[in-house]
Amino acid sequence: MSIIARNLTWGVRGRTIVSDVSLSVAPGETLGLIGPNGSGKSSLLRLLAGLRQPQSGGVEINGRDIARVPRRALAREMAFVRQDSATDTNVTVRDVVRLGRTPHRSALSGWTAADEQAVTMALERVDMISHRGQSWQTLSGGERQRVHIARALAQSPQVMFLDEPTNHLDIHHQIEILRLVRRLDLTSIIALHDLNLAAMFCDRILVLREGATVAFGTPRTVLTESLLREVFRVEAKVNGAERPHIVFCPGQEFGSGPTVRQWDDEPSGQGFRALPG
Amino acid sequence: MKPAHIREGGGFGVLLALALGLVVLSFAVALATAIGDYRIPLLTVLHAVTNGLGLSTIEIPRIESSIVWDMRLSRALVAALAGAGLALCGAILQALLRNPLAEPFVLGVSAGASTGAVAVIILGIGAGGLSLSMGAFAGAFAAFALVALLSNGATSGPNHTILAGVAASQLFNALTSYIVTTSGSAQQARDVMFWLLGSFGGVRWPDFYLLLVVVTLGLALCLWIARSLDAFTFGDEDAAALGVPVARVRLLLFGLTALMTAAIVSMVGAIGFVGLVVPHVARYVVGPMHLRLLPACAVIGAVFMVLADIVSRVIVPQQTIPIGVVTALVGVPFFAIILYRGRPRT
Repeated sequence: MSIIARNLTWGVRGRTIVSDVSLSVAPGETLGLIGPNGSGKSSLLRLLAGLRQPQSGGVEINGRDIARVPRRALAREMAFVRQDSATDTNVTVRDVVRLGRTPHRSALSGWTAADEQAVTMALERVDMISHRGQSWQTLSGGERQRVHIARALAQSPQVMFLDEPTNHLDIHHQIEILRLVRRLDLTSIIALHDLNLAAMFCDRILVLREGATVAFGTPRTVLTESLLREVFRVEAKVNGAERPHIVFCPGQEFGSGPTVRQWDDEPSGQGFRALPG
Repeated sequence: MKPAHIREGGGFGVLLALALGLVVLSFAVALATAIGDYRIPLLTVLHAVTNGLGLSTIEIPRIESSIVWDMRLSRALVAALAGAGLALCGAILQALLRNPLAEPFVLGVSAGASTGAVAVIILGIGAGGLSLSMGAFAGAFAAFALVALLSNGATSGPNHTILAGVAASQLFNALTSYIVTTSGSAQQARDVMFWLLGSFGGVRWPDFYLLLVVVTLGLALCLWIARSLDAFTFGDEDAAALGVPVARVRLLLFGLTALMTAAIVSMVGAIGFVGLVVPHVARYVVGPMHLRLLPACAVIGAVFMVLADIVSRVIVPQQTIPIGVVTALVGVPFFAIILYRGRPRT
C-alpha cells in the first residue's frame, strides 16, 4: 500500500510543530522518522495515520484522501502502535489482541472463525501464543510491546505506524522488535530515536528538525557525519559499507556553531498529551 | 486476584448467568414487597402481583393488595432501576475516563442534580413535580458542563477530569447548603437533607415508567457501543486507532450518563457508592469486557439497591433510614474486601 503525504502542516496555539512535510512510501517499504527531541516525529506520524487533521496538506493511501475515509474503514487498513500504551484494567493478553478486531466487527456480531484466526496468527507472529491467558499487568516491557504489535496485526492492516516502539527496552528487545516489524511484510513507518537502529532496519529515512524535512533518502545517503553534526549536534564517525554504522565521539567538541543547548527539553511521551485533540 | 472470567466463546454460559441474575432479582423484589412493618406472605405477594397484572382474580385482603401493588412493588422496582442505572453510569464513566474512581457522584453530577432539585423545592422556581425533575436535569447538565469546561472536554487526562469533578461536587454541595440554610424553613431543611441522602419513599408507578424508559434505552445504547468502550482500554488515541469515532462516542455517552443520573436523582435523591462499587464487583465476576460487564452491572446494581432498600426499612423499627446511608455502610466494607484481595502483590 503506497502512502503519499503532500505539504503537511500542523501546529498548536500558533506554534508550528510540523511544517510543510511531503513524503511518499512505496508498498512494503519501511520508512524511519528520526530527529532530535521535539522535532515533530510523533506529530508527523499521527498526521500520516489520520489521528490528527493537518491544518493544510493531505495524506493519500492508495490514491484515496484519508480525511474522507471513515475512522473504522481506515482502522481496517492501518494500525498504530503507541509507545508505553498502558492500562489499569485487569485484561489478559488475548483480550488485548482481540481489541484489534474492533474495526472488523459490527455492534453485536459474534466472534467469527476469521476473528479467531487473526488473533491466533497475530499472537504466533510475535511469539506470545503461550502467554495468551496471562494477565497484561504481569508482562515485562518487551512482552507488552509485542502484545501491542499483535493487537495491531489482528487488525489485518496493510500499513503499520509505530511511535518509538523500542522505548524503554533493552538492546536485545529493541533489535527483536524491529526485526519482527521488518519480517511482517507490511508497509511500515517508524518514529525512532536510535540512529543506528534506524540505519539497520529502515529502507529509507526522513530526518526532521523543528518540524521540517532536513533529509530524505536511504540510510547511506542521509546519515552523514555533517548531518549528525548539524541536526543532532554530535560528533560522530560513520562506518559500514552497505548500511551505515555510527560511532559517536563524545570526547570531541562540537564542530560548528555556538553550543548553547544540546536538546530541547520536551519530556518524551508527554508531547502529545499537552496538546488538545 | 484471579477473576472468574466467563469467556465470550461460552455465550450460553453468559445467558445462563444473566437468567440466574434476573431470577435472583425477582426474588429480591418479591422479598422487598413482602418485608416491612406490615409483613405479607410471599404467596400473597405473588397473588397480588398476578391480580395487578390482570392475570388472575384471586381473593386477597384489600389492604395487602394495596400495600403490595400501590406502594411496595413500585418502590422496589424503582429501586432496582435506580441501582441498575447508577451502576451503568459508573461502568461507562470508569471506561471513558479510565479511572476506577469515576462515577456520577464523584464527578459532581449527582450534586448538580441535587442543587437543581433543591432550588426548585425551596426557592420555588417553577412549581409542581415536573419542574422538580427539570430542576434536577438542569443541575446535572450544569455540573457536567462545568466538569467538561474545567477538563477541556474531558480530554486533559483522567486525573484532571476527576479533579474537575471534585471541584464541581464541592461547588454544588456548597450551593445546596447555601440555599437550604438561607431560604429554607426548619422543616424544609429536614426534608431536603433526607432527600439528599436518597429516599425511595413516595415513588409511585409513573416514576417507574419514566425510569424504565430511560434505563432501558440507556442499557440498549450502551450494549450497542460496548465494543467501542472496550477499545478505550488503552486510552483515547488507541481507541481512535482501532476505528472508534472517539469524540462522537464520548459526547453520546457523557450525555447519556447525565440523562440517567438526572432522571434517577430527581426521583430518589443522590445515592452514592452504587455507581462506584458495583462495576468493580461486576468486573470481578465477569471480567472487564463491556458486552458482559454492562448487563452484569445492571443486574448486580439492581439487586444491591433492592436489598439496601429492604435494610433501610427494617434496620430501625418504625423508621426508614436514608438509602444513601445503607449503600455506604454495606458497600464500604464490601469494597474494602475487594480492594484488599485485588491489591498488587509484589
